[in-house]
Amino acid sequence: MKLLYFAWVRERVGKAEEHVDPPAGVKTVAQLMAWLAGRDEQHAYAFENAKVIRAAIDHSHVRPDAAIAGASEIAFFPPMTGG
Amino acid sequence: MTTTIRLQREALDVGAEVEQMTRGRTEIGAVVTFTGLCRADENGVPIAALTLEHYPGMAEAEIARHVEEATARWPLLGVTVVHRCGRIEPGETIVLVATASSHRQAAFAAASFLMDYLKTRAPFWKQVEGADGATWVEAKATDDAAAERWSSAPPRA
Repeated sequence: MKLLYFAWVRERVGKAEEHVDPPAGVKTVAQLMAWLAGRDEQHAYAFENAKVIRAAIDHSHVRPDAAIAGASEIAFFPPMTGG
Repeated sequence: MTTTIRLQREALDVGAEVEQMTRGRTEIGAVVTFTGLCRADENGVPIAALTLEHYPGMAEAEIARHVEEATARWPLLGVTVVHRCGRIEPGETIVLVATASSHRQAAFAAASFLMDYLKTRAPFWKQVEGADGATWVEAKATDDAAAERWSSAPPRA
């Protein structure tokens, strides 16, 4: 699946997007963040305080317990500050 | 009901946007516009500019979802939302929300509703350029509270 990162999440991960293939046990957004945090130092830094990070699946906001099955694009970002 | 939703890097002309929305529409009796401007300071600290990052595709989709909800709540005749992206200097316009209706109450309420949701739900992030380099603006709890009040508001103004 395709992952997108924005704002300081993008800066900490060190890239704007990547493709990942998480193991079958990773079923929710929260589990995906925990799995990503274990990949390397940069991901660990980006997701060290996962509670503040928001997620969207295929352009819609989702909660941490949302299932990732069938998602084609998952985005992670800080709370929004537009307007 | 006419809807315009646009993201752009260029400066925006509020008068031209309102003219576009109302031209020939004699059923419109009220237009409310909210214009958000870039200040020269962030929390009292001077800034040179701000840069708006956004999530292409989702930003437009999220704005459209809220415009749809505003249209369902109030008898609107027109909605225009134009949001800048990229680098913006103090004094420049960041965002325009314009709502048109037969009477003012719906236009005022819908403009306020749309801005509260844009602040907390539309995927944009502000970074400010200050003397110490670039820093990300932190989300404000007051903005979350402002958006939250609409979830218990009556369906029509």
